[in-house]
Amino acid sequence: MSQFAEIKEWYLNEFKLFENSLNGESTAPIHKIRKEAISNFSNLDFPNTRDEEWKYTNISPLLKYNFKPSLEKQDVKQEQVNKYLFDELEHSLLVFVNGHFDAGLSRIKHLPKGVIAGSIAGAIKEKSPVVEKHFGKYADYENQIFTALSTAYTKDGAFIYVPDGKIVEEAIHILFLTTESDENILTQPRNLFVAGKNSQVRLIEHYASLGENIYFTNSVTEVFADENSIVDHVKLQEENKKSFHVARMEIDQEKNSNFSSHAISLGGDIARNDFNSRFNDEGGECMMNGLFLTDGTQLFDTHSLIDHAKPHCNSHEHYKGILDDKSRGVFNGKVIVRQDAQKTNAFQENNNIILSNDALINTKPQLEIFADDVKCSHGATIGQLDEEAMFYLKSRGIGEETSKSILIHAFASDVIKSIKIKAIKDYVEKILSNRFDG
Amino acid sequence: MLLEIKNLHANIEGKEILKGIDLKVNAGEVHAIMGPNGSGKSTLAQVLAGREEYEVTKGEVLYNGKNLLDLSPEDRAREGVFLAFQYPIEIPGVSNTNLLKTALNEIRKYNGQEELDTMEFLTQIKAKMKLVELDQSLLSRAVNEGFSGGEKKRNEIFQMAVLEPKLGILDETDSGLDIDALRIVANGVNKLKSKDKATIVVTHYQRLLNYIVPDFVHVLYKGKIVKSGGKELALELEEKGYDWIKEDSNAVVEN
Repeated sequence: MSQFAEIKEWYLNEFKLFENSLNGESTAPIHKIRKEAISNFSNLDFPNTRDEEWKYTNISPLLKYNFKPSLEKQDVKQEQVNKYLFDELEHSLLVFVNGHFDAGLSRIKHLPKGVIAGSIAGAIKEKSPVVEKHFGKYADYENQIFTALSTAYTKDGAFIYVPDGKIVEEAIHILFLTTESDENILTQPRNLFVAGKNSQVRLIEHYASLGENIYFTNSVTEVFADENSIVDHVKLQEENKKSFHVARMEIDQEKNSNFSSHAISLGGDIARNDFNSRFNDEGGECMMNGLFLTDGTQLFDTHSLIDHAKPHCNSHEHYKGILDDKSRGVFNGKVIVRQDAQKTNAFQENNNIILSNDALINTKPQLEIFADDVKCSHGATIGQLDEEAMFYLKSRGIGEETSKSILIHAFASDVIKSIKIKAIKDYVEKILSNRFDG
Repeated sequence: MLLEIKNLHANIEGKEILKGIDLKVNAGEVHAIMGPNGSGKSTLAQVLAGREEYEVTKGEVLYNGKNLLDLSPEDRAREGVFLAFQYPIEIPGVSNTNLLKTALNEIRKYNGQEELDTMEFLTQIKAKMKLVELDQSLLSRAVNEGFSGGEKKRNEIFQMAVLEPKLGILDETDSGLDIDALRIVANGVNKLKSKDKATIVVTHYQRLLNYIVPDFVHVLYKGKIVKSGGKELALELEEKGYDWIKEDSNAVVEN
């Protein structure tokens, strides 16, 4: 406990340096939220495995380091960025380096009038009413220590605003790069995506490392999907395998809104995601699919919560894991169907393939249903590659490694197929091929 | 000689199923292996294809001059051994085309031939589809997923047609087929017959042999071939059932 207290003290002290670095910005209304958050942070404890929500995820390795909050961006060359771009995508691109917006590397093409895609630091400075209305409203910084930490240190991140009725046809690619550094740095992108009534937008939240050093990404993403909006989201996390990744995404869904997300995760020593969506009105649709690949001693954890607070909403959650070596996975999918929420349709499934004797997954589907006229299903499977199918492929002349790779691609295929952006589908297929094709 | 099985013994989970099989198959021949349920017919087929669950405890199998039992299942296939499964496996997420193209190219690569590109491959398989009257839409579907029993069996023969094995082993390909499907399957097999290839038809019933006429019929009982003969042996079995074989051979087998 004392060790955790020390690391807390470290972040509290660093906050003073952070505040000084803000200069005039500390007069912005958001600074009140920062102050609240740091005081919450100071009152909260880091979780340990006695906490139900962290039972299988021991974060003490992450608390061993005095991560240095990144206060400014580093120079990154265009070539270093290119390798993370999707060739076929004529995207609008936002690049963040160590959590800070890099205008030079970013390019925004033909956005409809009124659409904003850029840096939240800029929006804060300009006292954007949209930011002031939505920022900090969905991600709980009272009880969640990492969210409190992120909120306290709010500096930059992606801000996307699509006004009512506007449709952004091309996906906006938001790339978060962390540079090679002598220090163990802490980068805390703070994102806000707001989709107005009848609007439509596609977003790719993409995390990658330029170096092999140990660092910590603590990101928070808030999404507001207003009435009848369509938000399609991809999270691609391919940070280096020494890094730590803690992320929270909170989605607030209004009437008839449609939110879909695909989380593809392969990086990080410890990667923990909290994805929560709330239906605030009827007719909402929420899809949260995911695919994670782990090997070595990686630990991947997703905790999700879909809150059916209102009737006539549909949710669909399908997570697939492929675990090798001594890696571990945790999936905890909670669906709450509140008393009011009649005619709810909720589907949840988690399937895992274990490729080694030492890999392990803890999976827990959790349905809490208080309404009586609903359709809900959940399931979880854990298994090896199907021996019968392996033999069948081999009996056709296909070698061991290729057979294995075919079956892994096949296993992941339904999640990949449901990704709506072709370039991302191809990218994920390529990731699988690079990993498993002999 | 294409295949020579000598005194083959095989176990599964410690239980001996094959208790000394001897069989010689020349190129150009069709051999039928018949026998009551549980006699070891399917085990023989699976052992030849290289199923790991079976442990060969004694004997040898020469194929094309090579020791077949030394080869991995994939190398057996690449050398030209093909097993049409009794229960073809469904593989969701893998399309029929993908399976076949990968298989064909791995076999070609092994044999020092150039790999086919997608266009060449598609041209080649189109003709083969007609052979078993398989609907083209099945190509893009996942391997055997949601196929009817008849479609699965036809798909096996279709794969055989594409991969052009030297030795085709049909494991109860007739079971569960109605007469039309049976005719289509048999027709496909017959068209693939040639003087440098051989077929082993494993079946419980004589019915299939009306369409695929064997040169030799062997009766397997309690893990041994207890009787061999020409095609008329199949008819005799059809007429009299297996009981007379059992009575004849029990004395021999149980010694």
